[in-house]
Amino acid sequence: MSEMIQTVLIELTVNGRRRALTVAANHTLLDVLRDDLELTGTKECCLVGECGACTVSLDGRIVDSCLVLAVEADRAQVTTVEGLAVDGHVSPLQQAFLDKGAVQCGFCIPGQLVAAHALLAENPHPTVPEIQEGLAGNLCRCACYQQITEAVLATAEGTDR
Amino acid sequence: MRTDRIGGSPNRVGGIGRVTGSQQYVADIRLQDVLEVKLVTLDCARARIISIDTSAAEQVPGVLLVMTAAHLPQPVPRFGPQFSDRPIIAVGETKYHGEPVAAVAAETKDAAEAAARLVKVEYEELPAIFSVAAALDPAAVLVQDPALRPNDPLAGTNVLREHRFGWADVEATGADLVVENAYTFPIVTHFAIEPHAFMAAPDGDGIAVWSSIQHPNWLQKILSQILGLPLAKVRVYAPDPGGGFGGKQHTKLEPLVAFMALRTGRPVRLILTLDETFQAVRRTSAEVRVRTGFMSDGTLAFQDVEANYLIGAYADIADRVVSKGSYPAAGPYRVPAVRIVSRSVLSHTTPATAFRGFGNPQVNWAVESNIDEGARALGIDRLEIRLRNLARKGEAFIPVDTPADGDWEQTVRRAAELIGWGTPLPPGRGRGLALGIKSGPTTGLSYATVRLLADGSVIVYAGTSDMGQGARTVFAQIAATELGAPLDWITVVMGDTAVVPYDQQTSASRSTVLMGNAILRACQSIQAQLRTMAARLHGIDEADIVVEGGVVRLPDRELSIIDVLKPGLGRLGGELVGNGEMRKDAEPDHPLSGSAAFFEFNCTAIEAEVDQDTGDVILVRYVTVSDVGKALNPLQVTMQDEGAAIQGLGHTLMEHFIFDDKGRIRNLGAIDYRIPTSMDLPLDMQSAIVENADGPGPYGSKGMSEGALLCVAPAVAAAVRDATGVAIRDLPLTPERVWRALRDRSTS
Repeated sequence: MSEMIQTVLIELTVNGRRRALTVAANHTLLDVLRDDLELTGTKECCLVGECGACTVSLDGRIVDSCLVLAVEADRAQVTTVEGLAVDGHVSPLQQAFLDKGAVQCGFCIPGQLVAAHALLAENPHPTVPEIQEGLAGNLCRCACYQQITEAVLATAEGTDR
Repeated sequence: MRTDRIGGSPNRVGGIGRVTGSQQYVADIRLQDVLEVKLVTLDCARARIISIDTSAAEQVPGVLLVMTAAHLPQPVPRFGPQFSDRPIIAVGETKYHGEPVAAVAAETKDAAEAAARLVKVEYEELPAIFSVAAALDPAAVLVQDPALRPNDPLAGTNVLREHRFGWADVEATGADLVVENAYTFPIVTHFAIEPHAFMAAPDGDGIAVWSSIQHPNWLQKILSQILGLPLAKVRVYAPDPGGGFGGKQHTKLEPLVAFMALRTGRPVRLILTLDETFQAVRRTSAEVRVRTGFMSDGTLAFQDVEANYLIGAYADIADRVVSKGSYPAAGPYRVPAVRIVSRSVLSHTTPATAFRGFGNPQVNWAVESNIDEGARALGIDRLEIRLRNLARKGEAFIPVDTPADGDWEQTVRRAAELIGWGTPLPPGRGRGLALGIKSGPTTGLSYATVRLLADGSVIVYAGTSDMGQGARTVFAQIAATELGAPLDWITVVMGDTAVVPYDQQTSASRSTVLMGNAILRACQSIQAQLRTMAARLHGIDEADIVVEGGVVRLPDRELSIIDVLKPGLGRLGGELVGNGEMRKDAEPDHPLSGSAAFFEFNCTAIEAEVDQDTGDVILVRYVTVSDVGKALNPLQVTMQDEGAAIQGLGHTLMEHFIFDDKGRIRNLGAIDYRIPTSMDLPLDMQSAIVENADGPGPYGSKGMSEGALLCVAPAVAAAVRDATGVAIRDLPLTPERVWRALRDRSTS
C-alpha cells in the first residue's frame, strides 16, 4: 500500500498567530506542530494519549495532540508551551515550576505546564486532590509530582495577592 | 548566604529552556536534508531469518535505503560495553522481540513507515528462553553462540557469568535461627518520557552522531572502533537527555544510523517510539534465595544469598549490574560469614541494562525482607534488630572494601523518628522500615576545564550528561563559590566530544563527586594563577595571599577576584584557564576491580493500610532519609530522593513486563504498562537528609540519587505484612496479588 496521501488546507491560530498550511490528512496536530511549524516544545512520547507529553490547549480545551488529527483542528485556537510566556517573560506558573523544583529532565514539563495552566484557568483555587486529579494524565518519570503540585498551589495563592 | 553558592538552591541552570519549550532534545534538532529511519522487526522473539526481500519497500517513493545485515561489513561488527556480542543489526537470527532485522531510510516518516511494512521477511520461529528456569534447564537451547564466547568455560550454558563473593565459612557458622525464603523481582522498564533518539551525519572525513546518551565518550570509542575512524573524527553530540535512569548509558542503535548516514551520504535520524524503547531497555529481573542465620539476641550470624538475574540476549552492561549489585547483598551490617552467588542468566528477551540502583534493589528486596522475618520469629523489634547489627562508621563491614563511610545510625534513627516508630497505630495500619546500601563508582576518570573570562564570567566544560539530576546547576554553584561569579554569569558546556574534555561516564551517582572534584581542581588552578597575579600586582609574597570563597585576601585587605583579574590580565584582556582531573584507578585484586568511592545509604519507613476488598495498598505516610555527606543544592537533593522513592513505588506496586509464549511483551506501551502518576503518591511524604560532610566529593558531599530507591520494596512489603499479617515475596504488590494473598490467608 504505497499511499497517495491526501492533503488538506487548514487554518490554525497557534499562540495567537494565524497560520494557513497544507497538511497531510493522516497527520496529527502533534506532527504539524513539531514538523510543519517547528514548534518542538510540545513533546512526542507514547502516541496513544496516555503520557500527556504532547498536551496542548485546543480552543481552551486540553487535548493530547497525538490523538487529534490536524484537520480536526482546522480554525481552532491552539496554545502550546511556547505560548505561555508573557511579553518575553516566563509566566508566574513557569517561574513557580522553577522555584519549587518541579523540573528535572524537563521532557514532560511542556505538557504539565499547559495542563496546569488550563487547570488554573478553570479552577483558580484548586485543592491538592484537584491538582493531582487534574494532572493525572501527565506522566513524570522523574516523579516531580509533589513539586509540580506545590508550584500550581503557589501560583494559585499568588493570584490572590 | 548567597543562594547561588554551595548549600543554596538556586533555580535550575537550564531551567528556563525547560519551562519555555526551547530546550532542544535530540528529536527537536532539525538537520538539513535529514532522512527518517524506521526499523523492521519480527512478531516473535527468536527466529531464523531465511530471506529478506526489500524490493517492494525500495519502490516506495522517497525511500533511499533499506539496510540489512548484508549491507554491512562482514562479519557484521559486534559491540558492547562489557562483551562485544551485539550485532549492529540482527544477523541470521533474531534474539529478542523487537530486534531490528532491517531499517528503512526515506525522505519522510510516512514513506519510511510505509516501506518498513513492505519489507518481506521470511523466517522460522525457533524455541526460545524467557525464564531463569528454562535457561538453566540442561536441555535448554543456547541464547548465545558459544563461538562468541571463546575460552569461556560457561560458553556451553546460558549462564554468562557466575560471581562469588563473601567471607568466612557460612557452612561452619552456627546460628540459633535460620530463615530461608525465595523472592522475585520483576522485569521493569525505564520509561524515560523522552524515547531514545539517534541521528548521524557525514562530517567532513568523519562522522557526527547525536544521541540521547549518558556516556558520550564511551559511544565515541565504540563508534571509532566499529567505523575504523580515529576518535578525533567521531564527534558525538549528547544533548541533555529527557530522563535516563541508566537506560541511556550505553550504545544501542547509533552504529546502525552511522552506517546508514555513511551509505546514503545524508543525515539520518531514528526516533524510537515508546513501544520500541520498551523493547530496547529494561531492568534485570531476579530470583533471589536468602538463608539468614540469626543468634537468639538478633545478632546476624551469616547471610547466604543466591541470586539469579535474568538478563537479555546481549549482555549490554547487565553482567556488571549483576556483580556490582549483588556484591553488597549482606547489607550495611556486621555479618560474620557471608556467601553470595550471583548469576547473569541469558534469555531471549530485551537486553537488560543499568537502571537506577544498578542491581542492588533486587537483592536488597530479598535480604531486608528476610531480616524482618527473622526479627518477627525472634520477637525482636524490626528497628532494633537493624540497629543492633548496623556497621559503625569506620568499620570494615565488607572486608577489603571501603569501611562504612557514614554515621548510618543517625539516618536510621531519623527515619524511625519521622515515621513515629513504636507509637500506637490505628487498627488496620502497619509500619515497615528498610535500609538500602549501594557501592558508588569503583573506578572513575573525569576532566574539567574552567575558563575565567576577562570580565569575571566563567565557562565550565564538563562531559557529564545532565539528564535531570541537575549536574549543570551544581557545577555552576561550585564555580560560583570558588570564583565569585554570580550564577547567571556562568555557562556550563556539556555534550559535545569535540569541545568538552573526556569524562568516563554519567552513572553510579558519581558526577557530583568525580566531575565535581575535577571542576573544583580546575577552579583551584585558576585561584593559584590569581595568587601569582595578585603577588605581582601588589608586590606581596604569594604565600601571604589566599583565594577562597570568591575573594582574594591580601595581608591587609580583601579584593574581589575581578579587582585582581582586570589589572592582572592588562590591556589585551584574555582569560585564565584551569584544568582539573579526578581519577579513581582500578584495583586489580579487588573483587569488583575497585573499592567503593562512597556508599549511598538510605532508610525508608512507611505506614500503610490495605483495602481488604480490592487489595489496594494505601501508603499513608512515607519517609525517606539519605546520608548525602553535604547537600550542595538541598532542593535538588529533595527532588532526587523523592523522585527515586516514587520511581521505586513503580516496581513495588505496579510495574512488570508480561510476556506471551512467543516472548512478546504483551503490555507494550503506556496504556497497559502503568507507572506512578500524581494519583499514586503516598498521602504524606517526607524526605530528610543527614549531613556530616564526610564524603569524598567537594565540600564533603557524597553521591546521591539512587539511594532512595534501594529499599522501597522491602519497606512497603513490611508495612503490608505488618498491617495484614500476610508476607508477599513476589513483586509487584499489585492489588490482585495482594487481594489473592489476603483471600488465601482467610481460606487457609
